[in-house]
Amino acid sequence: MCLAIPMKIKRINGGFAQAEAAGLCRTVNIQMLSRVRKGDYVIVHAGFAIEKVHPEKAKETLKFINEIR
Amino acid sequence: MRYVDEFRDSKLIKKALTQIKNIAPSADTKIMEVCGTHTHSFFRFGLSSLLPSNLRLVAGPGCPVCVSSQEYIDNSIDLAKDQNNVVLTFGDMLRVPGNLGSTLEKQRAIHGNVKVVYSVQDALLFALKNPDKRMIFLAVGFETTAPSIALGIAAAKKQKIKNLFFYSSLKLIPPAMEYLAKDRRLELSGFLCPGHVSCIIGSGAYEFMPKKFKIGCCVAGFEPLDILEGLYMLLRQIAEKRPRVQNQYRRAVTKNGNVKAKRALSEVFNVRDASWRGLGVIPASGLKIKERFSRFDAEKNFSFNLGLPAPDLKLKKCRCGDILKGLISPGGCPLFSKACTPEHPIGPCMVSSEGACSAHYKYEK
Repeated sequence: MCLAIPMKIKRINGGFAQAEAAGLCRTVNIQMLSRVRKGDYVIVHAGFAIEKVHPEKAKETLKFINEIR
Repeated sequence: MRYVDEFRDSKLIKKALTQIKNIAPSADTKIMEVCGTHTHSFFRFGLSSLLPSNLRLVAGPGCPVCVSSQEYIDNSIDLAKDQNNVVLTFGDMLRVPGNLGSTLEKQRAIHGNVKVVYSVQDALLFALKNPDKRMIFLAVGFETTAPSIALGIAAAKKQKIKNLFFYSSLKLIPPAMEYLAKDRRLELSGFLCPGHVSCIIGSGAYEFMPKKFKIGCCVAGFEPLDILEGLYMLLRQIAEKRPRVQNQYRRAVTKNGNVKAKRALSEVFNVRDASWRGLGVIPASGLKIKERFSRFDAEKNFSFNLGLPAPDLKLKKCRCGDILKGLISPGGCPLFSKACTPEHPIGPCMVSSEGACSAHYKYEK
C-alpha cells in the first residue's frame, strides 16, 4: 500500500500538476511539496506527490556499489 | 522508466550480490523489513534465491491491510450492511474476511454500496458529486498515506462537505519496530526501513533503534539494487559491530523527512494507542482525528457493534499474527496454500498483494 512511483511533472496548476510515467498521465496533488517545477521528478503515492527525486543523489547511489573495494 | 530501470541493471545487481557474499557473516543473520512493498519486490525479483542461505530477510508488520484489527474489518463490513451508507475503500480491503465470513466485496454484490478509490482525492470528488449519499472513507495506511488523508480531511472542512466521513485505522511504523525489537525471540540483526514511510518521517525517526536496542537500520528503496544495497549497508554495520541509521534511498529520503506533510499530520490527527493484528495494542502507534475535525470522524458519527461474535474457526487457525511478527514463515501456517489461497483467502496476509503469504504463494510456491 505504500507503493509509489517516480513521475515527471508536465504542467502545474495551483496545488495540482499533470505528471507522466511510462506514457501514463494523471493529475497529482503537489501541496505537500515546496518549489516543484516543470521537468522535476516526484514520488507519487495514492495521487499525492510525497517527495521530489534528487538526481544527484540517485547518481551517487548507482555509483556506490561500483566503488566498494 | 527513469529512476526505475537504472536500479534494475543486472551488472550492478551481480556486483552487489558479490559484495554481499564477501561480507556476509558465517552465523545465521536475520534482517527484518517492515514494508509490504519490500516484501513484494523481494519475491517478485527473486532476490530470496540469490542471497546467502544463512542471510534471511523476514517480512514484518508492513502491510497496512494485514495489520488492521479484526474489529476494524468487522466494523467496516457493518457500515456497508447499511444501504444508506456508501463505503469508499482502497482495493486491497475488499476481500479481507470478517468474523462471520462476510467481506466488503460480498456486501458490494448485495447492495452495490462499496466503491474502490485510488486516492482520497477521488473520495472528495465522489462526495461532492453525490451530496444526497452518506459516504465513509476507510482510512487505512501508514505514514506514507496518512498525510494525504490529513489534507483530504482539511479540504473536506474547507469545502464544507457534509456527507463524507473518515474511519481511521492509520498506523505508525516506528512504535511497531520498537515493539518487535523488544521481543528477544526474534533475534533481529537489523531493520531494512521502509523508503516511502521514510520520505515523510525522515531517516532520523529511527535513531532510537541503535541507541536503545543496538540494532542497525537502513532506509532502502524498492528496486532490486536498492534492496541489495540496503542489505549490504546493514551487513557492513554488523561486520563493523557499529549499529547506526543509514539511508540508501537518498534520492527521495532526507534526515528530517517532509516537513509540510508532518505539519499536515499534526494539524489533523492526535497520536493514540492502536490495535495491530497479531501484535496487540501498541502504545502511541495510531492516528485519531482531532476534535476540531470530529464532524468528519466516523467513530464520532456512527455507532459500532462492540460485542464481537465468536471468531470463525478457520480464522482462529490462521497464523497471520505470527507471520506479521516474523516468528514463522507462511509455510509454517497449517492453512497456507491448502485452505488459504489467493482465490479463497482466509487471513489478510493472503488477501493483500503486499501480504507475506500472497507474495510467497505467487513467487515461491
